[in-house]
Amino acid sequence: MNETIDRLRISLSQNRGFYGALLGLVVLYLIYNSLHPRGFSSAVLVQNANESIVIAFIAIAQTFPVLIGGLDLSVGAVMTLTATIASELVNGSPGHMIAGMFLTVLAGTAFGLMNGLIVVYGRLQPIIATLATGAIAMGLALFVRPQPGGNIDGDLNWALTNSLFDFAETYHLFDDGNAAWFQIIAWIPVPLVILFGILALVWVPFKRSVTGRTVYAIGSAEGAAYMSGLPVARAKIIAFTLAGFFAGCGGLFLAIQTSSGNADIAQAGSYTLNSIAAVVIGGTSLMGGIGGAVGSMIGALILRVISFYFRILSIDPLLQSLVEGIVLLSAVSLGALRTIQVKNRLDLFR
Amino acid sequence: MSMLTKMNPENKPIIIASGFVVLILAVGTIYTLSTQGSAPLLQPKYLLQQLQTGSFLGIAAAGLMTVILLGHIDLSIPWTLTASAMIATTVGGHLAIPAGLAVGLGIGLFSGLGVAYLRIPSMIFTLGVNSVMQGLMIAHTGGFAPQTAATPLMRFLASEKILGIPVAIFVWAGVSVIIAGILRFTSFGRSIYATGNSERAAYLSGIRTRRVVVGAFMISGACAGLAGVLLAGYSTQAYQGMGNAFLLPSIAAVVLGGTHILGGRGRYIGTFIGVLLIVLLNSVLSIMQMPEAGRQVIYGTVIIAMLLVYGRTGRITS
Amino acid sequence: MNSIQTLVELKNISKNFSETHALRDVSFTCKKGSVHAILGENGAGKSTLIKIISGVLKPSSGDLIVKGQPVQFSKPSEAAKAGIVCIFQELSLIPDLSVAANISLANPPRRFGLIDNRVQNKTAESLLAKINCEDVDPRALVRELSLSRRQMVEIAKALGKNPEVLILDEATSALTSRDVETVYDLIGNLRDDGVSCLFISHRMHEVEKLCDTLSVFRNGQHVETFAKGERSDNDIVRLMIGREVGAHFPPKPVYARSNPHLEIKNLTWETSIKGVNLDLGKGEIVGLGGLDGQGQKELLLALFGVLRGLDGQVLIGGKPTRPNSPAAAKSDKSSIALVPEDRKTEGLMLPMSITDNLIAASFDQVSRYGFISREKEKAAVASGLAKLQIKAGHASDAVATLSGGNQQKVVIAKWLMTDPDIILLNDPTRGIDVGTKKEIYKLMRELADAGKAILFYSTDYAELIGCCNRVAIMYDGAVVSELSGDAITEQAIVAASLNMKTSGTAA
Repeated sequence: MNETIDRLRISLSQNRGFYGALLGLVVLYLIYNSLHPRGFSSAVLVQNANESIVIAFIAIAQTFPVLIGGLDLSVGAVMTLTATIASELVNGSPGHMIAGMFLTVLAGTAFGLMNGLIVVYGRLQPIIATLATGAIAMGLALFVRPQPGGNIDGDLNWALTNSLFDFAETYHLFDDGNAAWFQIIAWIPVPLVILFGILALVWVPFKRSVTGRTVYAIGSAEGAAYMSGLPVARAKIIAFTLAGFFAGCGGLFLAIQTSSGNADIAQAGSYTLNSIAAVVIGGTSLMGGIGGAVGSMIGALILRVISFYFRILSIDPLLQSLVEGIVLLSAVSLGALRTIQVKNRLDLFR
Repeated sequence: MSMLTKMNPENKPIIIASGFVVLILAVGTIYTLSTQGSAPLLQPKYLLQQLQTGSFLGIAAAGLMTVILLGHIDLSIPWTLTASAMIATTVGGHLAIPAGLAVGLGIGLFSGLGVAYLRIPSMIFTLGVNSVMQGLMIAHTGGFAPQTAATPLMRFLASEKILGIPVAIFVWAGVSVIIAGILRFTSFGRSIYATGNSERAAYLSGIRTRRVVVGAFMISGACAGLAGVLLAGYSTQAYQGMGNAFLLPSIAAVVLGGTHILGGRGRYIGTFIGVLLIVLLNSVLSIMQMPEAGRQVIYGTVIIAMLLVYGRTGRITS
Repeated sequence: MNSIQTLVELKNISKNFSETHALRDVSFTCKKGSVHAILGENGAGKSTLIKIISGVLKPSSGDLIVKGQPVQFSKPSEAAKAGIVCIFQELSLIPDLSVAANISLANPPRRFGLIDNRVQNKTAESLLAKINCEDVDPRALVRELSLSRRQMVEIAKALGKNPEVLILDEATSALTSRDVETVYDLIGNLRDDGVSCLFISHRMHEVEKLCDTLSVFRNGQHVETFAKGERSDNDIVRLMIGREVGAHFPPKPVYARSNPHLEIKNLTWETSIKGVNLDLGKGEIVGLGGLDGQGQKELLLALFGVLRGLDGQVLIGGKPTRPNSPAAAKSDKSSIALVPEDRKTEGLMLPMSITDNLIAASFDQVSRYGFISREKEKAAVASGLAKLQIKAGHASDAVATLSGGNQQKVVIAKWLMTDPDIILLNDPTRGIDVGTKKEIYKLMRELADAGKAILFYSTDYAELIGCCNRVAIMYDGAVVSELSGDAITEQAIVAASLNMKTSGTAA
């Protein structure tokens, strides 16, 4: 017992940004639900989950390059590219659909791998390299789908964007979702299951692997990581590859949600920029080495919850970017107050 | 060849970028000669027209360079540019241009203070500032293109010609001379390089590094503001999203010109040539009637390819 | 010659970096169970040698033979597999990872393919216990530890790899004296277990205490290897620099105390400085001594305007003056210069030219209305290079191309351009070759003779004794003893450093 408290205390002191963001999200969301006329209901949760999952995936994607002290300016474009691919492939027979989803995510992963190879073997700064590959991804997206549109299976759209009950009903599982035991979890939105499921399957093993450790080590002290015999090049490539993978997941879900693909340059750019904001709000340092994907997901959810407030408080939606900007600036300024208390000014320049 | 290896590494990207500018012109000309039997790319009139539209990018990139030399970045350029243009047309009259520039300076000051004194990464702070400016301007205009028009002086600076040369090019040249002069000949310019290399060492050398950072962001803001004022003059009015097409090309121009994205190294002439490169590449792609998809792919591939070439040559000397 | 006894052997190894030869035709052997010192000035090739042995660099030519087998390491981890482990001067720890993760960094204990944190913590605990560091929590992040603790974690990390050859590159430079003793014991135990240690240090007393064999390097060549005691100290120094050196230190003129130029009264900051009282006159060199980490560095930073939240009084020329930034400190009002602790990150902008570095503190002196004057700049740089006899190809070369000693000279020259009245020196000779050290001592004396007031922190007692008119010993954030004149002896300094009142030499 004592040891658990001890461990929690250490974790709290080492991850202040993360726990701050978590607390912020919980408070924001509880207030939102109590203000909402149908608050604390499965319907509201389903709607919110659908609106949040894509940016959550993109924020998680951005986390990996940021942890190595880099940045991936192509995540939004890769998301757009994969969404256009999905809009072509995810339809037809179940087997065809599954293959299409697989190929979509594979395309994102492959693009991430290319980013990683360019950064590592071309020795380019990630921010510039991905700025350029982002343009390439947008170009490819425009090739795939010069006009918005697409053809995604309607059942799939319905099943994946609603609660587990609807999923079971659509595919005639568990007595069409009426099995008694199933009721405990039937209200949970499918997007959340997918998000948490993929996060748990990928992030947890990653964090406890030597590659994951190397990713953190690169962001913290790259020279020391190399000297200690850590697989630096491999870890960098994997970091960008995972960014591509999660961006691909985001693109796939975006396409399923909207039943279409759209090579929208402005949308891609805004997702990329929001992913950086989400990563920072979630307690990950842009210098690398500190933070994690769970924090980024929380950061993305915070950004989304703030936009929910516009609806229930009927604030002029024109003010949305103003409020988002102010929230971002206040959040990072709050974290920066510590610098004002720094007693040794040299500590500012680390 | 031996000249290339002996050359100052700072000049290498500049030489290569210049070579690439010539290559673009050559490829474009061969294309037009074979398809249309004419060579518009080599006609001064056409080139001047391209440079005129390129001067807005050139001015924004000049300001951004001072920030990148510090190892920072200014992502607020799109809406700084738009805000300056909108305020300039709203204020109108003789005060239009000063008002537009003041908006740019003010935004730069705010970003600089946040980055220098609160020590928030510029990437994130200027992102927030961009968002705030976007919100303010949408609130200001109600989300529509403002009805106000650019003043005659703004239009003169952006669209008129003196001796057959567009005035905008003179403005760009003037900004270039000022920025290059600051970087090369003033203690402020040297402080930018020192701070960009090692802020810790610069601070311990008694350089007021925070003021340097604020100053550079103000330059960047003012340049973006000027670009916005001119662009409004060129299109006779300000409009939503007019700055969106400037951020990535200006970053690309600065970097292709050899300025190190992590700060401390780079020469102004490189940025100038980087802008030329991007402007001419766009022109040639327009002439070829390349669809947007192809443009994006070529654009990205050119940046990657050039940086890979820089990297190669860098390795030979080190 | 017993081949089993030879762990590492280099045969005709050379290493070239573009035009320069870092190592030339070096042959060298390291025997099992020996503690082997490698001596030489900076640039003698010591670092290159150990980098080749430990797999960081590949030799340009020649053979590396480990336990009788020719090997080619392409990275440090391969050398570690062969039993060769190096503790580098620049710490190789990851600040944002836990102590335990750092200790078993590249090869953690795993369960079901994933890192097993519990076992990892246990391993770290037992290794830390071996070197008397039970106070370090394996779960703490390395960035939360002090420099000396980090160095010990570094040693624990090396031990965790079960080395057969342990290379220590200035590994004791950041340690407290208690830890130094621990490390000495550890090296002894390892030697008894048959482990060889290659030991690089600029501290002769350490070398004499620990090592049984000494090798001297000069200009990338292996000059001589001999057993301890075969050569006198003077011989060794002569082998290292290849020429005779006279007395290390310039003569000290008798200093007549006059009105102090700088007075520090009851200065306090956080927990590091606890009521320091000290004064400093023009023409005087005052040493700051004591064990490492007793507030000496903080005191220098406080005077230079870097620290916030100071209490107490600082008088310069009788007037209360407390600059709030280095920029204010260097202004005419206080006219202070600081040669900082780490020349690579604090003293210099390494990729920039020598010129840019030299004028970085004196833009005001070489410019008018904010514009730099080419002539003034040129003249200032030329005089700076000449005054310190900086050996540089061209003033437009990057300062990173200079040797360590010349780099430090650039830092000093940069500050002399501001013509300061008060010069603060933070261990300016650390990691610098003997020849340059001597030049710096001479320069300090000349500056003092020219009326500068110099406050000089050093970890090397011999320097304090040789250079200073007065030595203030700090202990736990306060000056506990001031020694002057003939009272500055090694014994007195050591006694005061340990805050032993019984020595009776305190002034």
